[in-house]
Amino acid sequence: MPRSVIETFPVTRLDILDAEGNADETLLPPLSREDTLRLYELLVLSRAFDGRALSLQREGRIGTYPSILGQEAAQVGSAFALEKSDWVFPSFRETGMHVAMGYPLDLLFRYWAGDERGLVTPEGLNILPVCVSVGTHIPHAVGAAMAARYRKDPIAVVAYFGDGATSKGDFHEGFNMAGVYRLPVVFICQNNQWAISVPRGRQTAAATIAQKAIAYGFEGVQVDGNDVFAVYDATRQALERARSGGGPTFIECFTYRISHHTTADDADRYRSVDEVEEWKKRDPIERLRRFLEKRGFWTVEYQRELEHRTRDTIDQAVREAESAAPAERREIFLSVFEKRTPRQIREMEGGADAGA
Amino acid sequence: MPVRNMVQAINLALREEMERDDRIVLLGEDVGKDGGVFRITEGLLEMFGEERIIDTPLAESGIVGAAVGMALYGLMPVAEIQFLGFIYPAFDQIFSHAARYRSRSRGRFSCPLVIRAPYGAGIKAPELHEESCEAFFCHMPGVKVVVPSGPYVAKGLLISALRDPDPVIFLEPTRLYRMIREEVPDGDYAVPLGQARIVREGSDVTVIAWGSMLERVVKSLEPYDAEIVDLLTLSPFDEETVLRSVAKTGRVVIVHEAPRTCGFGAELAATIAEEAILSLRGPVLRVAGPDVPVPLAKLVEHYLPDAARIRAAVEELLRY
Repeated sequence: MPRSVIETFPVTRLDILDAEGNADETLLPPLSREDTLRLYELLVLSRAFDGRALSLQREGRIGTYPSILGQEAAQVGSAFALEKSDWVFPSFRETGMHVAMGYPLDLLFRYWAGDERGLVTPEGLNILPVCVSVGTHIPHAVGAAMAARYRKDPIAVVAYFGDGATSKGDFHEGFNMAGVYRLPVVFICQNNQWAISVPRGRQTAAATIAQKAIAYGFEGVQVDGNDVFAVYDATRQALERARSGGGPTFIECFTYRISHHTTADDADRYRSVDEVEEWKKRDPIERLRRFLEKRGFWTVEYQRELEHRTRDTIDQAVREAESAAPAERREIFLSVFEKRTPRQIREMEGGADAGA
Repeated sequence: MPVRNMVQAINLALREEMERDDRIVLLGEDVGKDGGVFRITEGLLEMFGEERIIDTPLAESGIVGAAVGMALYGLMPVAEIQFLGFIYPAFDQIFSHAARYRSRSRGRFSCPLVIRAPYGAGIKAPELHEESCEAFFCHMPGVKVVVPSGPYVAKGLLISALRDPDPVIFLEPTRLYRMIREEVPDGDYAVPLGQARIVREGSDVTVIAWGSMLERVVKSLEPYDAEIVDLLTLSPFDEETVLRSVAKTGRVVIVHEAPRTCGFGAELAATIAEEAILSLRGPVLRVAGPDVPVPLAKLVEHYLPDAARIRAAVEELLRY
């Protein structure tokens, strides 16, 4: 009996736009000038939201907040390929997706300030609440995709998560089911190299995260997560595949968490400043700006006007968030069940010890 | 009227509700071609096809997690966990998600689903096939916990669970699956969630039980003037019926097969102490499993409350 190779598995990576703003013209996705400028403005808005959230946290005006600094392209680029009718299951570090999908910024500020009303997704958007428990929402995306297929709805479902989530059991169980049923789902991993203090090399011995898809019977691709064109194009193709019955795709966005894990973390305890400085040179927004400038789409005046407009948008969102009517005690009882239990009614109407 | 056992009654409830409501889909291990290891879903694949009767990979967290996703999307999934002792990997999905999506999103999203699981001891099965961990789920605000004690209520409760807008854990006592046969009508009838029933009226002592213990309590206490309460829904439980009966008899025995410490009897006893202590003539007694993992078949009868222990508790209370 001979020993033979019965399977070989290629792992592909997509790079379109380099750090200097030079693009591979043959790979550029079909985006108009308006689309490209829109992408740029969403990246700038995402970063501005993030920066404001960090200062609001320092002022005690919001609670613990996870920064997306450095990951804007991976989030905005992927969300830009989505339709409003698609279903999105985010992790807790997906502000760029929210911004790109048009989720109201005042609601995001309210959520991070500790007000659940910030997770009331407006009608017309199918963005599920932020999932704090790492990776446990992956099976939800799988179930939603099963339901969409059963209903014959021509939509796709997207789950966002980080490199840490790929170590979880629900990653395995969800991916496995997605492959078995060839579901219309796209999994987007923000491989930002760090799960709090644990580096990517401690999450898995696999050479890439993308290749994990192979074991579940569908395609995984790594993209430069700081290259908004690569992220957009990989997501666009994955969504096309999902909508045409081709099954799931796994996209590993190779990126970097420039900031701390959250405002409660101090990343200097576990990683070098040099590493962070190296990654800053690959900034996703600056490289798109250079691209736009080379094309003649960007001027200093445009940048000044954009920054002004962005600041107004953020100011307005903060004002709206902070002027919202305060949440009331009774609200904690209103949405546990559709109908309050007799005990909850007594707890709601009486004091804390009126439950009995 | 047709006479059915609990397996047939649950199967009938699923079949009739699936015909009525196309949101309902079933998923779990071996629920399709095999009809489930207890044959609860027998014949459903032939009637409703692979789209609605879904054999899944062997992945309890994935099964419940996928059910959560289906429910969020607008379906009414029924997830079968093959034995309750296999549900532990899915606790995260139930507690962190099924129970919380409605409140997390302040009502924007909800999770109507039913998780069915065979449970309880006394069927000579291997380890982790005879667990009775119902109290865990009662400590999760946002899920309801239902335990039928016979074929008639099993069908009616499951119909209610399938029409409920929130997640329901539906625990089926395996020992009773084929033990009790009774009249179970075809067609629509609902036994409401959150309501206990008085199985037998009496005046000397209130005995509260559910699931497989109810049958033992009823048989054991024939010579006594005991009022027997079948709780049916553990969360939210019917405080009104319990307290009314306690006020009437002044004596309470709670019988459950789960271990005593933090078993659901503890919640009942605490509520009775808070609300009705002045009508009590003696202590609230619990007849429960000891604080040990449920043993295998050879020793299980030393674990499960039996007639002697149930009667002894009643006799002790009658001295007050």
